[in-house]
Amino acid sequence: MTRSRLGSWLLILFGALYFFVPLLGTFEFSLRYLRGVYSLEAYRIVLTDPRFGATITYSTVLALATIVMGVVLVVPTAYWIRLRLPGLRPVVEFITLLPLVIPAIVLVFGYLRIYNSTSVLPLTGSERATDLLLMFSYVTLALPYMYRAVDTGLRAINVHTLTEAAQSLGAGWPTTLLRVILPNVRAAVLSGAFLTFAIVIGEFTMASLLDRPAFGPYLQLIGANRAYEPSALAIISFAITWACMGLLQVFARGAPGQVAGTR
Amino acid sequence: MAYLELQGLRKSFGDVVALGGVDLSLARGEFLTLLGPSGCGKTTALRIVAGFETPDEGRVVLEGQDITHVAPSRRDMGMVFQAYSLFPNMTAEQNVEFGLRIRRAPLEGRSKRVTELFDLIGLSDARKRYPHQLSGGMQQRVALARALAIEPRVLLLDEPLSALDARVRVQLREEIRRIQTNLGITTLYVTHDQEEAMAVSDRVVVMSRGHVEQIGSPAEIYGAPDTPFVAEFVGTINWFEAEVLDGGQGEVDYRGTRLRVDAVRGRSQGQRVIVVVRPEVLELERWNGEHRPAGAIAGLVISRSFLGAVTRFKVSVEDRAALIADVASVRAGAFPIGAQVVARFAPDTARVLNLPP
Repeated sequence: MTRSRLGSWLLILFGALYFFVPLLGTFEFSLRYLRGVYSLEAYRIVLTDPRFGATITYSTVLALATIVMGVVLVVPTAYWIRLRLPGLRPVVEFITLLPLVIPAIVLVFGYLRIYNSTSVLPLTGSERATDLLLMFSYVTLALPYMYRAVDTGLRAINVHTLTEAAQSLGAGWPTTLLRVILPNVRAAVLSGAFLTFAIVIGEFTMASLLDRPAFGPYLQLIGANRAYEPSALAIISFAITWACMGLLQVFARGAPGQVAGTR
Repeated sequence: MAYLELQGLRKSFGDVVALGGVDLSLARGEFLTLLGPSGCGKTTALRIVAGFETPDEGRVVLEGQDITHVAPSRRDMGMVFQAYSLFPNMTAEQNVEFGLRIRRAPLEGRSKRVTELFDLIGLSDARKRYPHQLSGGMQQRVALARALAIEPRVLLLDEPLSALDARVRVQLREEIRRIQTNLGITTLYVTHDQEEAMAVSDRVVVMSRGHVEQIGSPAEIYGAPDTPFVAEFVGTINWFEAEVLDGGQGEVDYRGTRLRVDAVRGRSQGQRVIVVVRPEVLELERWNGEHRPAGAIAGLVISRSFLGAVTRFKVSVEDRAALIADVASVRAGAFPIGAQVVARFAPDTARVLNLPP
């Protein structure tokens, strides 16, 4: 084994340890609910808690809605900017970066001021409307990741030529976008979707201040009041997030020969 | 009546004039090539015909109908692009079928048409392959089939061979011509490769800086260039700046040498002209330095390049100008570098152009 390959393996090993050791520690701790023996008691308690199922379902549904909304918003925008308005790219990139700079708590207080029950658009006036507001706020939070992922995907294909080829064959804009562009940036959209999913599942600030029954506030609640259950919950939420991402990948998988570009 | 007409097309991008008033017409079934260097406006003209650009002035008329402002998706024009443009997420077959699906063609007719086209391009075995599993030449063949699938009113080809290697380029251009002739489809082709243009076209339009320099058959363009630009751009050329000595006899003076040039007949004595001679009509002979033959230009061989059937010689004349002469390679051994030679051409093989103002 050459020196450089040995170095690579050592780096991989270090990365794996860095990632798995805390996870193993958390897992091991979650098994100690009963004194003196390893048991799954903490898991049983968490899984039989009705709030667990309700909050994880709520957050999963919201995450999926956020992904759909994000894709609907970002893909046509990034496509159009790349195709027709390249001069606007720096501006849009700056706007999409704002959620990384502005703390979530500032955003949510802004929402509460603008969309309170006395405003023209009282989105906090009902539970469903607040859900909608929360979903849009998640779209904003995930914007930097989704936009960058999609933009990178678009960079890998020849957007201009593919668009013109589709148009010369008789395709209108919606057909071009849905049947030519979107399938060819599917891998990029998926990676944006994964990040969005991970953000939404664990998000606490917005859900808590908008008083919605999301998984983030539930995690915080358990973590603040119990000893072993939070560890079990952390492991379970890891497993659920990975499973959901896996399912997304399975359902959104493209044709076997699909690649993001031509040679 | 012309099938496709470009009438007074003008187009600028900022301060850059891409087209400065271009008029062209194509007959039904004609293969017309726009030829010129980068930036001459040929691709802009093609893109205006396709509908991807809108002219600042002028019209595009197809079968008597003004289509200048018709959306590209409604023009029924098949296009093959310079860049590989197959949809990466679709197989070759799905790519070819795409336009027919958009038009909601019946399934049976669709399959038949796709089969016919794959037979036509000779890639029936590659129908199920994805673009990344095809070579560049195969991809461009499939792109051609895809453009033909919709039975376009005009086939547009924007330098479709420029990304391919030389052998595939020659092979594919012959196939394009064969298919175009078989189908009788009106074709507008853009290239910067003059050999390609000559090989496939019914007529060639040489363009420079947004203007049409000359329109003619490949033989006319090559053999009888109208302007110094065409003469220089199409093929290799020798040009001598000469003075007419006798417009009746057809004689000019080139650096003290009296040359016979039929094409100067009728010109007035003393007029300065450009005499244009192709390398293949220049004949070289060894010269011992004494008694220079009449009507011959003396010089020294300064370089030679083997090109296969011919060898190309560069001959310096009076240490400044250089003539280029193609000699059959079987005879090339007689002219080593450094040899003194004389170059001659038959009076009827030279073309005469006016000096640019």
